[in-house]
Amino acid sequence: MTDNQKGGLKQLSPIDIYSLLPKTNCKECGEDNCMAFATKLVNREVNVEQCTPLKDPKYKKNYAKLAEMLKPAVKEVTIGVGERAVKIGGKLVMYRHELTYTNPTAIAIDVTDEMTAEEISSRVNFTQDFSYIYIGNNLQLQMIAIRSTSNDAEKFKATVKKVSEQTDLPIILCSYDSAIVESGLMAIPKARPLLYAATKDNWKEMAELALMYNCPLVVSAPNDISLLRSLVKTMIAYGVEDVVLDPGTFANAGLGETINNFTMIRRAACNLGDELLAHPTLATPITAWTEPAQNATLTTWKEAQVAAMLVTRYADAMIIHAAEGWSLLPLTVLRQNIYTDPRKPVAVKAEMVAIGTPDENSPVLMTSNFALTYYTVAQDIESSGNSVYLIVVDSEGTAIDSGVAGRKMTAETIADAIKESGVEDKVKHRKLIIPGKAARLSGEIEELSKWDVMVGPQDSSGIAKFLQDKWK
Amino acid sequence: MPERAKKESNPNFPSELLDLLAGNNELELQDVDILLDELQVLFQPGMMMAAPPAVAALKSAAKPTSLLDAPFTFPIQKYPGQVAEVTLGATKSEGGTRGKTVTIGGEKSPAFYTFESPTLNPPVVSFDVFDSKTALPKAVRNELGDAYQDPVSWSKFVVNKLGADMVTLHLVSIDPLNPKPATPAEAVRTVEDVLQAVDVPLVVGGCGDPEKDLAVFEKVTAACEGERLLISTITLDMDIEKSAKLVEKHGHVALAFSPMDLNQARELNRRLLEYLPKERIIMDTTTAALGYGLDYAFTIMERARLSGLMGDPELQQPMSSGTTNAWAAREAWKTLDPEWGDKNLRGPLWEVVTGLTLMLAGVDLFMMLHPAAVKTLRNVIKRLTTKTGTLDAEKIANWVSSTL
Repeated sequence: MTDNQKGGLKQLSPIDIYSLLPKTNCKECGEDNCMAFATKLVNREVNVEQCTPLKDPKYKKNYAKLAEMLKPAVKEVTIGVGERAVKIGGKLVMYRHELTYTNPTAIAIDVTDEMTAEEISSRVNFTQDFSYIYIGNNLQLQMIAIRSTSNDAEKFKATVKKVSEQTDLPIILCSYDSAIVESGLMAIPKARPLLYAATKDNWKEMAELALMYNCPLVVSAPNDISLLRSLVKTMIAYGVEDVVLDPGTFANAGLGETINNFTMIRRAACNLGDELLAHPTLATPITAWTEPAQNATLTTWKEAQVAAMLVTRYADAMIIHAAEGWSLLPLTVLRQNIYTDPRKPVAVKAEMVAIGTPDENSPVLMTSNFALTYYTVAQDIESSGNSVYLIVVDSEGTAIDSGVAGRKMTAETIADAIKESGVEDKVKHRKLIIPGKAARLSGEIEELSKWDVMVGPQDSSGIAKFLQDKWK
Repeated sequence: MPERAKKESNPNFPSELLDLLAGNNELELQDVDILLDELQVLFQPGMMMAAPPAVAALKSAAKPTSLLDAPFTFPIQKYPGQVAEVTLGATKSEGGTRGKTVTIGGEKSPAFYTFESPTLNPPVVSFDVFDSKTALPKAVRNELGDAYQDPVSWSKFVVNKLGADMVTLHLVSIDPLNPKPATPAEAVRTVEDVLQAVDVPLVVGGCGDPEKDLAVFEKVTAACEGERLLISTITLDMDIEKSAKLVEKHGHVALAFSPMDLNQARELNRRLLEYLPKERIIMDTTTAALGYGLDYAFTIMERARLSGLMGDPELQQPMSSGTTNAWAAREAWKTLDPEWGDKNLRGPLWEVVTGLTLMLAGVDLFMMLHPAAVKTLRNVIKRLTTKTGTLDAEKIANWVSSTL
């Protein structure tokens, strides 16, 4: 790895963990033995709490040691309460390939205390109802940021009250004036909103509020990490534990510094053991709107670029102004991609899929259940305008070539898939088109399934042409 | 034949997007940046950080009464490896005919870690041009007007009107699967026509058939000797010795393409390095679209770059991305439910986000399609590599209390 490891994930070995476990091999955790449990702990696939004997007072020391060893590099902070409370941070590594990322960037949309009731209501509904189903995941937005533009404590309080009556989404209270923030807190004293923000000028009052209402608190020091650390150190000494870092988001001039600051903070936390920077980060792409382009479309466009880069570069939460499907869809899909566990091959369900409106004379094709392969193939068939039956074979989530080479996709699994799919009741013919990359299985498939095999193109982009030429 | 979409009076109508982004009425686009530099924004200093009301300070020995000091030192690292620098195109004095050359690579740190080392050569975007009719997304056709009917006018349009730094000429006509595949000689003529029409460095792309591509590259590399073309692509299933020797002999650069697999990327580079100096190889580890495998593409590239910097000699080539692949995502080109907005905006943004993500993994050369997406990427690259001096923190702190 690129960074020198000082503590943190990479130095842990299952042996280190194992030596602190009870070594009873009691299986209560669900694993065969303590060594297996230790291995899973290192990979963060289980929780130390699952070891029941460890809760015995005689292991108190070991338990504390383990908890410390397994602590994420970045502290986890919870915003809000109840069903839709959001956890941010809790990061274990700097680069996703080192293990995986946890707690996808939480996205907040803003409202202000000077917007009309209709506008507030429609923005809150937009945020709350946002939903896009993508590879079986529901992409959503997480929070509402309420900004005080009126600088009027009563107005702010009323707005916070209105929003909290409309939604259970966690709230971020935004003002540099602690009296305004406090009036907002009075409306939702038990909701654990995120307070934005403590600065070099108001930190004491903000710290008091965070303690009094038990809330997480953002410390803000645009482009000044020394000040940011100093604020964190002061907050911790003051007794505020749940701190969130805002190093400033400069959407125009200063974009380079912004990316640098987020990157340096995450490196310091994950790889250099900097406790003061081991807190979740907050990005504010909304700052793009402080220097608007010629029209809202272009400003939305710019905000989306900045947000996308900060999803990749270490933002644990972000505040966005444009409530637009066209800009938020790519952003939430990107977040889903970046936060996918790279250790797990992404698989789709092995089943038969009808593309278009196939009938008894339509072609029958097959592919693997590796999500990427499946979606590419389905996409290519769909855009070709053909109606076909596509049999998705369980290849344990591997692509065609590696599936065939690694014997995860064999003539047997394909013949079984044909049987189980029920395709023989759907079509009159017995012709199966297989991917070019599975060509060497063709003879064996014919023997086992009694279907005729046609070897299709090497790449699914050739399917349209193949069907045009070969499917009569 | 699609005509340019008629302008509507609605200021948000997407067909204005490109005009707004590119300032198309400017013929000379020397990095004109109307988004940033020429916009005089009048700033209303809002209610900034008014002094907080005095709160009765809770006297407590434990609580600090003033900010505790905690200075920060930039966490700077040294890397044993460095990415090779590769120059594309050759001017008259260098044995070619190009008006300018493009140099990429040379990184000593991960992408845009400018706190460690400055960006030696900012990433470059090359415009995709196809030599025969290709199904293009409507959002793209709208922006190209009639220019995409033939490779020469298409190339001229992107260079003269859009200020392209480079052009990628895809010879899709040579594909043996076509009813009448173009011959190597015909392909040479197309390349020569484009070289005549524009004076930027050129990428020459094959059709993906290893044998046909090699036959075409053989003729093209010889006919365009000394032009320092980027020959795209050399793959593991090609005759590597033969193709590398052609590239070497005639003074071009090889684009080594591997299918999202670091070991194959290493192997291909290793074999090419037997015949070519490292200044003559660029690698492409495959770009998958946002939502359709971008995570794999990103991580392979990030790992390749980090390994190269940590000293792996087989992964120290600059990286190229076929960012146009973003359009394979159905969310980019499809009309979705109205809540997902206009695809003429969603589409190019899909390409932008795909590109930006891979840029942060270390991509040096982007091959892209939609003019607004290209414009945006170039604009971001400029913002990331421009030293800003002092930043006005108050200006951005304004977002909290401003009516936006």
